[in-house]
Amino acid sequence: MPKGEIVLGCLAPHPPHVVYAENPEQNEPVSEGGWETLRWGYNRLARKLKSIDYDALVIFTPHWQTYIGTHFLGLPEFKSKSVDPVFPNIFRYNYDIKVDVDLAEKMREKASEHGIITKMMRNQDFRVDYGTITSCHMLNPDWDKPIVTISSNRNAHYYSAEVMNEQAAALGRACAEAIEESGKKVVMISSHSLSHRHFVTESPLPEDMSREHIYNHSQYVWDMKLVDLMRNGKMRELIDILPEFTEQTIAETEAGGLTWMMSAMGFPEYSAEIYGYQSVIGTGNLVAAWDPNGVTREIVL
Amino acid sequence: MMEESEVLFGIYCPPHPQPLLSPDASPGYAKLRQAFETCRERIEQSDADLIIVYSTTWPSIIGHQIQAHPEPEWTHVDDDFHYLGSMPYKFRMDVDFAECLRDSAKDRGLHSRTIAYEGFPIDTGSVVALKLLNPDNRIPACIVSSNMYANRSETIVLGKSIRDALSKQKKKAVVVVVSSLSNRMFTEHIDPVEDRIHSPKDDEWNRKILEFFADGRLEDLSQLSREIHGQIRVQKVVAYKPAWWMAATMGQHNNYDGEVLAYEALHGSGGAVVTLTPSSGSVGDKEFDEDDVEYYHGDRDVLNKGML
Ligand SMILES: [Fe+2]
Repeated sequence: MPKGEIVLGCLAPHPPHVVYAENPEQNEPVSEGGWETLRWGYNRLARKLKSIDYDALVIFTPHWQTYIGTHFLGLPEFKSKSVDPVFPNIFRYNYDIKVDVDLAEKMREKASEHGIITKMMRNQDFRVDYGTITSCHMLNPDWDKPIVTISSNRNAHYYSAEVMNEQAAALGRACAEAIEESGKKVVMISSHSLSHRHFVTESPLPEDMSREHIYNHSQYVWDMKLVDLMRNGKMRELIDILPEFTEQTIAETEAGGLTWMMSAMGFPEYSAEIYGYQSVIGTGNLVAAWDPNGVTREIVL
Repeated sequence: MMEESEVLFGIYCPPHPQPLLSPDASPGYAKLRQAFETCRERIEQSDADLIIVYSTTWPSIIGHQIQAHPEPEWTHVDDDFHYLGSMPYKFRMDVDFAECLRDSAKDRGLHSRTIAYEGFPIDTGSVVALKLLNPDNRIPACIVSSNMYANRSETIVLGKSIRDALSKQKKKAVVVVVSSLSNRMFTEHIDPVEDRIHSPKDDEWNRKILEFFADGRLEDLSQLSREIHGQIRVQKVVAYKPAWWMAATMGQHNNYDGEVLAYEALHGSGGAVVTLTPSSGSVGDKEFDEDDVEYYHGDRDVLNKGML
């Protein structure tokens, strides 16, 4: 069996607003659009994914929060409705998700060997979180590939952003080993915003783009610092400063997704593909990808 | 002159699902379950018109959300404790009250909205509390969220707007705060029989808080919130808010009969079931200089002022 590999890494933010704006049949609320810069970037990355041969999407989500170890979805299918607890007015999504349970179990096993506390989630009534659904929908609206969802252990809350960085990096190494041994081609997804201060009020029409802007300028400056490092292929440096970025901008990187993905991909020294940056309810959101294949890697924006 | 209280009594109880799903897994969980049962009986014996739940496991971002579906129904599963089983629920909400509370909150400067969607994920804490305290939906309920950015002023004003709504509707309520005391859990899976409070420091603080509760010193606890947050709360949110909310909703004083019905570990965190009943005769020897607040003015917009 040939070795498995990571064929693409995606930074895929999950404000439910982007799904709401796309008006897919699965989502009940109807919108007049909005957040095009982000969505069109997502659409382009989704087209690239169509041209790549892969077996599964593996996603690390901040919205399945676990305090007792790292959990993995462990049943082959989940079918239900996801209603966003924070933005229920815009996200009520009927989903039918297939899970690559073999791959999930392999990752759990490897993580456990590396000393990480783990658990398989085998309750059929469990509702898949809206982070997973939003990022996966935007990257693969046809839902024709199985996924693996990994919960985010809240190390940043319990210890510090530094400890989170170390733990997420260890999990990334374990997942990379599991992928290699599985013989599968995998797309990794780190699902989160960058800066993450929200407005606490919402305009009557959420998609009213005349009201949308970043929460404050310092959030923007920090986000752009990260984008620069990504463009310049300095992912090790980016992960090293991530604890400070996370603290200064209360970033959603606190969950560990980006560190997990970059560690699994060996901290790329090549340029990230930048697909779009836009604020959603004040938070900073970037769609980006890391393509290990130098032939297909592009300068997008 | 003491005003007539619209709150008959208050309950402070933990959000973890063990008392509901696995009460026999340890003697401690069984004691917590028994304490929930005692509270249920007291609610049944009261002439409460509704139960108002403030749950720390329902965070919101857009202001303050109020559950207003007349009969929310779903099967809930906890993020961490999914292996303990599912929690099917069907509750009855007081929609009139929810709408009145939304307006009362707006009148005091808060951004607030009602939530009435099929399949809305009611949080673990609210599900556990309502299933154990009001299993037959004999009394309608109201659940309010805990805004993750809200701090003292906003939380106190929220509590006051609940008093406004109760008095407008001439309703008598039992209020339920769903929160742990110390909230650090063990980060590995444990044998429930060996459950204990995560550290002696957490245990000592929990016991001090329970002494205050037993003495009915609710306003003192409210004033100690920032200290409690720093000492024994994992820094998930900006502040420890339950005592602020409870004091503002029940009345900001120390005139209560307090009763600690149980105090046990829940995977390392401090789980206590406590009741507070308005009475007369205050205890305590403290005065505080954090001002009382009646109206919420929003962000002070500090970043955009001065010479920046
Ligand atoms: Fe998020």
